[in-house]
Amino acid sequence: MSEGGHGQGLVKGLAVTLKTMVRPAQTQQYPDVAPELPPRSRGVIALLEENCTVCMLCARECPDWCIYIDSHKEEVVVPGAARPRQRNVLDRFDIDFSLCMYCGICVEVCPFDALYWSPEFEYSEYDIRDLLHDKQHLGQWMATVPPPPAHDPHGEASKEETTAARRAAAPGAARGAPAGPAVRRERPARPAPEPGGAEA
Amino acid sequence: MPLWLELTLRIAAVVGAFLTLPLIVGQTEHKVMAHMQGRLGPMYAGGFHGWAQLIADGLKFVQKEDITPRAADRPVFRLAPVVALLPYLLVLLVIPLGPGDLVAQPLDIGLFFVLAVVGVGVVAVLMSAWASANKYSLLGGLRAAAQLLGYELPLVLSAASVAMAAGTLSLSGIVEAWQPWWLLWQAPAMAVFFVAGLAEIRRPPFDMPVADSELVFGYMTEYTGLRFAFFLLAEYVGIVVIAALTTVLFLGGWQGPFGDAHLGWLWTLLKVFAVAFVVIWLRVSYPRLREDQLQRLCWLVLVPVSLGQLVLTAAVRVAL
Repeated sequence: MSEGGHGQGLVKGLAVTLKTMVRPAQTQQYPDVAPELPPRSRGVIALLEENCTVCMLCARECPDWCIYIDSHKEEVVVPGAARPRQRNVLDRFDIDFSLCMYCGICVEVCPFDALYWSPEFEYSEYDIRDLLHDKQHLGQWMATVPPPPAHDPHGEASKEETTAARRAAAPGAARGAPAGPAVRRERPARPAPEPGGAEA
Repeated sequence: MPLWLELTLRIAAVVGAFLTLPLIVGQTEHKVMAHMQGRLGPMYAGGFHGWAQLIADGLKFVQKEDITPRAADRPVFRLAPVVALLPYLLVLLVIPLGPGDLVAQPLDIGLFFVLAVVGVGVVAVLMSAWASANKYSLLGGLRAAAQLLGYELPLVLSAASVAMAAGTLSLSGIVEAWQPWWLLWQAPAMAVFFVAGLAEIRRPPFDMPVADSELVFGYMTEYTGLRFAFFLLAEYVGIVVIAALTTVLFLGGWQGPFGDAHLGWLWTLLKVFAVAFVVIWLRVSYPRLREDQLQRLCWLVLVPVSLGQLVLTAAVRVAL
């Protein structure tokens, strides 16, 4: 009978739904039960104001232009110095989360670790203008920034570690004293075909 | 007990069953369907696993505005939901719950009455479809009419087979005559009756007349509020009725492993809910049949099978 092929599919369909029924549901009871977020979750960006040097890199790299920075220069008189030093003082640091697309480029480019990802995500507002977080507000998120997760034991070692290990293994490492620029010291470690070719 | 008191009690019991069983089936559908799709279903209404969801839905429907389209045929439009609901209430009157007196109105021609009354459903569908003055409603209604008329035939033929086997049209009589080996003997008729019954109540996968992805909501498109709720209630009472009829005709009704005399009602209810579960299960598992597949299944599979079953039943009856 030609119905045999159909019958098999019909039974299979019933089996799938029955199996799914006896398995636990996938639903997360979100407002009642907090979700388990993966490490490095991107919830909100936190600002560590002391680290910010007003270099403006974050504002310039931001694809949405949602970071607003104002600053002024202050003279700091250092006793014993020939002339007073200048220092940037942050007046305004706002991130507009109604524009932000959570790309994280600002966190990546910050050379002084002034910006961090926090996993907090419950900051919706009734008024869209309230999504502009000023530096106090951004600073408050710092408390929610988790410590950086441990390295993956099976992952490849960090760049700093491999570089340090390579330097330690290099022939010149035994001297210890800084003989020259870092670039020179690294050279012998490379599988250079001709040592004489490195002359500059 | 005076006659009037007994009558009132019986009718109250039937109305009670009419109002509670569909709600239980509906809630089961919410939950079973959700879990079959890896969800939880309603969880808030009533506190414990959303048990009051359908009551909340009912309250919502009552509060909604009862709209009748301007071009609609008012009296027919407003009457249709009642016509859809009432036949099922009448059917519940004659379905035996247990042996002896546990039936609201014992009828010697119970099966005939049930099949006749269930057939009224098509009138309600056509009334609502034509009176809505909506092309989607009309399309849905005509599909439903074609489907209901077509599937009426295998439904009646397979029911006739079991009536022939039992030698009576009384539903209680059929249950009394039923023996476990009938499960095998009448298996094709049971399958045909169940499938045709699904089509009669327009349950998925036979919901071509409603087909919400192509016809808005078929003949129910223009209905709102309480009248729409009546149509929905009719669908769930329909599940109860088809499950109860399958139980009574093919699964031995109140006959159980033990204590038929006292626990008969329990066996009947258990079987009804088991069949209702299968109805829900099929809805979750299978996609909707196309209109031509629907008619093909009816005329090329169900009708020949039920005719063959009639021959088989007659042959076995004569041989015994």
